[in-house]
Amino acid sequence: MAPLDNAKPVATPDEEGTAAPAAGRFLKAIYVYEVPVRIWHWVNALAIVVLSVTGYLIANPLPTMPGEASANFLMGYIRFVHFAAAYIFAIGFIGRLYWALVGNHHAKQLFRFPFWDRHWWGELFLEARWYLFLERKPKLYVGHNPLAQFSMFWAIAVGSVFMIVTGFALYSEGAGQGSWQDKLFGWVIPLFGQSMDVHTWHHLGMWAILLFVIVHVYAAVREDIMSRQSIISTMISGVRTFKDAEAPADEGHERPVKKAARAG
Amino acid sequence: MATLETFYEVMRRQGITRRSFLKYCSLTAAALGLGPELVPQIVHAMETKPRTPVLWLHGLECTCCSESFIRSAHPLVKDVVLSMISLDYDDTLMASAGHHAEAILDEVMEKYKGNYILAVEGNPPLNQDGMSCIIGGKPFTDQLRKVAKDAKAIISWGSCASFGCVQAARPNPTRATPVHEVITDKPIIKVPGCPPIAEVMTGVITYMLTFDRIPELDRQGRPKMFYSQRIHDKCYRRPHFDAGQFVESFDDEGARKGYCLYKVGCKGPTTYNACSTVRWNEGTSFPIQSGHGCIGCSEDGFWDKGSWYARQSDILQFGIEANADQIGTTAAIGVGSIIAAHAAVSALKRAQHKGDV
Repeated sequence: MAPLDNAKPVATPDEEGTAAPAAGRFLKAIYVYEVPVRIWHWVNALAIVVLSVTGYLIANPLPTMPGEASANFLMGYIRFVHFAAAYIFAIGFIGRLYWALVGNHHAKQLFRFPFWDRHWWGELFLEARWYLFLERKPKLYVGHNPLAQFSMFWAIAVGSVFMIVTGFALYSEGAGQGSWQDKLFGWVIPLFGQSMDVHTWHHLGMWAILLFVIVHVYAAVREDIMSRQSIISTMISGVRTFKDAEAPADEGHERPVKKAARAG
Repeated sequence: MATLETFYEVMRRQGITRRSFLKYCSLTAAALGLGPELVPQIVHAMETKPRTPVLWLHGLECTCCSESFIRSAHPLVKDVVLSMISLDYDDTLMASAGHHAEAILDEVMEKYKGNYILAVEGNPPLNQDGMSCIIGGKPFTDQLRKVAKDAKAIISWGSCASFGCVQAARPNPTRATPVHEVITDKPIIKVPGCPPIAEVMTGVITYMLTFDRIPELDRQGRPKMFYSQRIHDKCYRRPHFDAGQFVESFDDEGARKGYCLYKVGCKGPTTYNACSTVRWNEGTSFPIQSGHGCIGCSEDGFWDKGSWYARQSDILQFGIEANADQIGTTAAIGVGSIIAAHAAVSALKRAQHKGDV
């Protein structure tokens, strides 16, 4: 088992959940995701879909349009939609970053990677074992579980920055030398070698984010069915509800009992 | 090459009238994209400045840069070589050979210490002690280092000198290395292209001699006046790109109609050069105009960014060539199947433990 040295975990779920139901019932709905976080989540999701589809079509254009060039502007529209969605994606990300500073502590989780926290790594492996069917029960979390936090940090927090930086660098090639995009992001192109390399990496970035999306959607649906807390509805209403009576692992201060056991 | 005459003196000696000389100055100003108010400045410079000695070295190269250079029309290469610069050493163009030729090199280096321009065509191979390129019995690397030591500035002619080009393509057995990675203490002007456009070459030289300074360079050390835009930005087929009209395969209807070559691998959108504006052979044509996509010859490492006939470049690190979308699709299918299997096991487990939780 993972070394959870700093505490007797609330849930050694196997025994306690069923053995002592009366000891500490945790029947609570907790407000987790504030309005800006939820709006950002769905706007960002839509932006990712639009960016991926248009981005793919920019690299692999649709079949040739018939008629005169003056009567068509298909590639132009596709690129316009890509750039417009990219601005929404980038501005949304900055807004989300701001909300991480002023929002509740769940809003900060996306940007945190507690590398030095042994306890966190322990819970991450525990969660991984649950996904590998090696644990009978996962822990309860009000926010994200460590494994989710890990993948979100790398795919969304780091991934978005990567896509925004490489994307604006490519955009600066069209905007021209001296444009603000060029001044801010133009250095990226020689860093990668040349423009073609930045294109290739921008593509790989898209696929990395898409892989995350696939796993994210699957995990959310599965968790909603199989785990012990609400998932999908939480990102709509903002409220996390729990299906059984145990205390979540990441809400020590809100736990009515077992405070003494946690101390240390 | 006893005393260095001024440009003007040389031109007059060659029987060029002052009227023609002034016309030449205006043409040069126009070619460099300068306003008419700068013409007197060019006239003054050419009347008073002694010609700058240029030493042109050849490393690992194919001489395509020289071939391009001697076809310059505006200004005529004759004017550049015979009137504007004092091309004191260029083993391909010079009349003398052997020890006589090599002696000139030493003479110029001594006499014009810190005042000559070094033009390098090709690059030095560093492996095997530089034995892959021997000039006058010695490795080219040594010659380059020696001549570069007292040069005022260095011009890297072509993609070989600027980025490495074909001899530096994977796996690069001779370790051919671009000039700026060997000589790090001199201003270096990169004029990439395989070869560079003739007028770009003479334009860069003219600018440097006229104004006695290095042209404004971009982040990668290329003169902005010729390399600040992509082929794509000024391509005459660009409207077909925006319209979504592409050549799907060579010789199809789209190819006959002159549609955009993006889908058959044109590298115009990622290549910085002046081909679509200056064009080649006195402005006659350029690759895209002749129906073939740009191969991106003036970009860093272009030999390894194949295929020249596909939009996305191969990622060689994957061994068997694959592009980003192929890798992405494969990964997505892989993750998709893992998820399907995981979902199946999850459902089974749930059925097993129904009512436990």
